Amino acid sequence: MSDSALPRIAVLGAGHVGPVIARVSVEAGYPVTISASGDPERIALITRILVPGAEPRWAADAVADADLVVLAIPLHKFATFDPALVAGKLVVDTMNYWPPTDGVQAMFEDRRYGSSEIVQRRLAQSTIVKSFNHTGYHELEEERRPVGAPDRRALGVAGDDAAAVDLVAEVVERIGYDAVRLSGLSQGRLFEPGGPVFGASLRRDDFERAVSVEAA
Amino acid sequence: MTTTPSSDVQTTAAGSATFPLVLGLDTFGDLTHDKDDHPLSHAQTIRNVVEEGVLADQVGVDFFGIGEHHTDDFPMPAGDVVLGAIAARTTRIRLGSAVTVLSSDDPVRVFQRYSTLNAVSGGRAEVVLGRGSSIDSFPLFGYDLSDYEILFEEKAQLFAELLKGGPVTWQGTIRAPLRDQDVVPHTESGPFPAWIGVGGSPQSVVRAARHGYSLMLAIIGGSPARFAPFSQLFQQALEKFGRAPLPVGVHSPGHVAATDEQAREEFWPRYLEVIRNVSKTRGFAVPTKQSFLREIGPHGALYVGSPETVAQKIAANLATLGANRFDLKYAMGGLPHETLMTNIELYGTQVIPRVRELMA
Repeated sequence: MSDSALPRIAVLGAGHVGPVIARVSVEAGYPVTISASGDPERIALITRILVPGAEPRWAADAVADADLVVLAIPLHKFATFDPALVAGKLVVDTMNYWPPTDGVQAMFEDRRYGSSEIVQRRLAQSTIVKSFNHTGYHELEEERRPVGAPDRRALGVAGDDAAAVDLVAEVVERIGYDAVRLSGLSQGRLFEPGGPVFGASLRRDDFERAVSVEAA
Repeated sequence: MTTTPSSDVQTTAAGSATFPLVLGLDTFGDLTHDKDDHPLSHAQTIRNVVEEGVLADQVGVDFFGIGEHHTDDFPMPAGDVVLGAIAARTTRIRLGSAVTVLSSDDPVRVFQRYSTLNAVSGGRAEVVLGRGSSIDSFPLFGYDLSDYEILFEEKAQLFAELLKGGPVTWQGTIRAPLRDQDVVPHTESGPFPAWIGVGGSPQSVVRAARHGYSLMLAIIGGSPARFAPFSQLFQQALEKFGRAPLPVGVHSPGHVAATDEQAREEFWPRYLEVIRNVSKTRGFAVPTKQSFLREIGPHGALYVGSPETVAQKIAANLATLGANRFDLKYAMGGLPHETLMTNIELYGTQVIPRVRELMA
């Protein structure tokens, strides 16, 4: 099913979010791997049933071969995530900092920065792009629409590196959403819990209006 | 007539198991209002839940579950005490948690409380273990949410050992070890049914199978059909761990009234208010009228409508999900007790017989 000309996607995380992103990526034609923290054998059954077409792999092997890494681990596990694992890679940060749900995380308590900026500071050798975090993991699958559909939704893509933002935006578009690019990872704060687009189901023009009103 | 989901198994010729259909009700002890829409006291809300459980028994509901919560709008931290009161006034209905927040409790105490309920009720106790979407018990009892995974994993393992009966030897990192420990009261006839409630994590499904718990799918938003692979994952994981098939249940919110329109009008303002409140702390999206109508339609997670509408939806989704049990989470903060009693009566006298007819 996958198209070998498309970027290879390594999804890290087999909890609520990882398998959903892996599944919609497989269905969009991408070569996809999925990894948890240990032996891929432990997620073989989950992969076969929930993400048919994806390959369960050790995280280090999957990342080494990937063009794009999707970080979909619980935020409270990020403090023990090894930055060397994704050094030199484009990393899509899908996580949220949400103290009432995940507990207070000292690393993310610095309110001068958005959570993805803090992720970028820690993963200094990687290029971080923020996306997918502001939609529910079950909505991500249900609300996909083909290009041009009147009810096609928008997803935000924010990052400092324009080429990386473009690559992630292309994935978002192929999966079934209009990508709204914001330049600057700091703009990704607009996608966070409590922000204007978090949990909202918006078409491109409404999405653009929501983030520009807030940014102004 | 009582049913015991995890023991009363009929094996078909094909070798796959079928379990009896179980149709229950769950509540979180949602704070009820009086007829003038003033909030009742916590104490009165709790006494009302006892009356609701007794009525559920009288009208033929199979199971009555109470979910642990610790907040002003859900004053229900000790559901097992309330279940004990219901047990004393009933003889038939099965009684259990929905859910017990095991991570912030002591598995030995949970076993003792529900084993005691099992004694009081003459063998009608069950327990559903999980996190729920409520996390208030963590700071209350001094637990760190970051430790959720290890707490749940070790406690689920210990609880599975306790259920077997007999002296328990257990060692882990989250509580003192047990060595040949006799834990009382002993059950009269083997383990009582125990479930793990799962939201959206496939690893939790595999964990339930690994420890031999039945699976309760909590579907509170979006399309129920997307959970069908979870059922399949559960049965295949059981097979992989060398275990016999176990039942799968569904827990979803809803409200039954005489007509679709009445059910919608009673439920919608309360639902909006409750979700608006929890969205502040949990990041849920605040529902719109449009999203609400989608949720109560055939592809949504809410069961709101006339008995016929709700019965059709339950029957359709049980078939889709390969599940044999449905627990309707009735009550939504602010609905009056009288409205809830009508809901329970309609569920028992009309929805349940209709679902049985549709699935026969």
